[in-house]
Amino acid sequence: MKGRDWKEYDELNVNMGPQHPSTHGVLRLLLKTDGEIVKEAIPHIGYLHRSIEKIAEKISYTQFIPYTDRLDYLAAMNNNLAYTLTVEKLMGIEVPERAQYIRVIMAELNRIASHLVAIGTFGLDLGVVTPFFYAFREREYILDLFEMCCGARLTYNYMRIGGVANDLPPGFMDRLKDFLDYFVPRVEEYNQLMSFNKIFIERTAGIGVLPADVAKNYGVTGPNLRGSGVKWDLRKNLPYCIYPRFEFNIPVGTGMVGKVGDSWDRYWVRVQEMLESVKIIRQAMEQIPGGDIRAKLPRLIKPPVGEVFFRAENPRGELGFYIISDGSPSPYRLKIRAPSFCNLSVFEEISRDWMIADLVAILGSLDIVLGEIDR
Amino acid sequence: MEFSRIVDLIREKIPQAIIEVNEKAIDPFVKIRPDHLNAVARLLKGEEEIGMDMLLSISGVDYPESITVVYHIFSIKNNHSLVLKVDLPRDNPKVDTVENVWKAANWHERETYDLFGVVFEGHPDLRRILLPDDWEGHPLRKDYKYPPTYHGLTL
Repeated sequence: MKGRDWKEYDELNVNMGPQHPSTHGVLRLLLKTDGEIVKEAIPHIGYLHRSIEKIAEKISYTQFIPYTDRLDYLAAMNNNLAYTLTVEKLMGIEVPERAQYIRVIMAELNRIASHLVAIGTFGLDLGVVTPFFYAFREREYILDLFEMCCGARLTYNYMRIGGVANDLPPGFMDRLKDFLDYFVPRVEEYNQLMSFNKIFIERTAGIGVLPADVAKNYGVTGPNLRGSGVKWDLRKNLPYCIYPRFEFNIPVGTGMVGKVGDSWDRYWVRVQEMLESVKIIRQAMEQIPGGDIRAKLPRLIKPPVGEVFFRAENPRGELGFYIISDGSPSPYRLKIRAPSFCNLSVFEEISRDWMIADLVAILGSLDIVLGEIDR
Repeated sequence: MEFSRIVDLIREKIPQAIIEVNEKAIDPFVKIRPDHLNAVARLLKGEEEIGMDMLLSISGVDYPESITVVYHIFSIKNNHSLVLKVDLPRDNPKVDTVENVWKAANWHERETYDLFGVVFEGHPDLRRILLPDDWEGHPLRKDYKYPPTYHGLTL
């Protein structure tokens, strides 16, 4: 080492992952580092590739619903919903009123559950351990509610083409109301522990700024796009289901503690969205009518020849399905436009010249799920 | 903006680009000549009135007579969408990249290359994305044969 200046040392390539606690799954980041500074971070994906799109070409439309559970496994209800809505758009199916309301309640509950994991693990990445347990405690209530409806706690397979699998079980509404009453004050706890914690703000404010035009250019959607100050939510702007009947706000990043579009803004949008989801569920609980929970359809679903593209607002962004039907019982081609896929592609751009520790914050704030990236 | 108005604008600016227009489909689409793809993409993004600022997805489709690449594009500013299609020959599918128009195309084109073997000319880093680098063949093609083994492991 004697006689060598520090400037002579080359850049060091470091593999972060595929097995790493803060990559949120099996993701490998190839880091070109100059000391602690990351000059380039190249994501390598595909470790979880299960060729779901190829499988879809061999099975029936109904059989594919459980596969959608395994895309974004933290928001299986939303995946179910997006897929069934796509097939319904292709076939022109009217879904009964009651089923529509049940679907919205489930989707919004799952949005809360998914955001809770996002917030909890984001804290965990940065060293705030306690909120993680709090978030999982609240999520447990939601999983119990889902278990009442469909028996599953992660991969629900609850929605059906034309409606939902089962009606709400007795006592569900009371427990749901109890949960909402319990949940809203808890958000204040997260804010005290995390959101406005000085150390947390120092770690996230102004870190990994994602400008709005870059976000659009990379196809970033969901809370990450809204964190950059773009007021865009499919539930409001291109409404589907019965969302126009509900009043709710679209939270956007304002750069309250740093710059617009920083990691804190993306986090804060999620916190606020949970409260908006509570609003939607409360309204849906008041309005829900009785009646059928599934449209009358033949056992074997055979959509007409044609093709359709549909996207829905998932907790992580816009999940799109592109289905081409040749009139047979299985799709000719089924393409999944996964929100996390696009959200991760911007990572290389916004992670340049930050410290390795900041990289963890940026990745955590993007909130990716590898299940839908690799498919 | 109306779908027909967008089509008229493309016709006006790049007369030879359009092969087929289908307005009756659930999502109306425009089929364009592969060599005009990049120019059309630039027009759609650059023209103030159209302002397609987002590329949602690129999907390959393997038809018996062609490999079709489908582009779903969207404008947040004007809240309208468009579907573009290009037909490529099955034996040598090649088309210009749109990565220089929408950055989102980078990963989507890599995926289409990986699973369909479509070569996007001018792409800065065209390599496999989901499958291992040494994988042979393009699995989403209809005539794909599954390999019996991979590195000595039975599949």
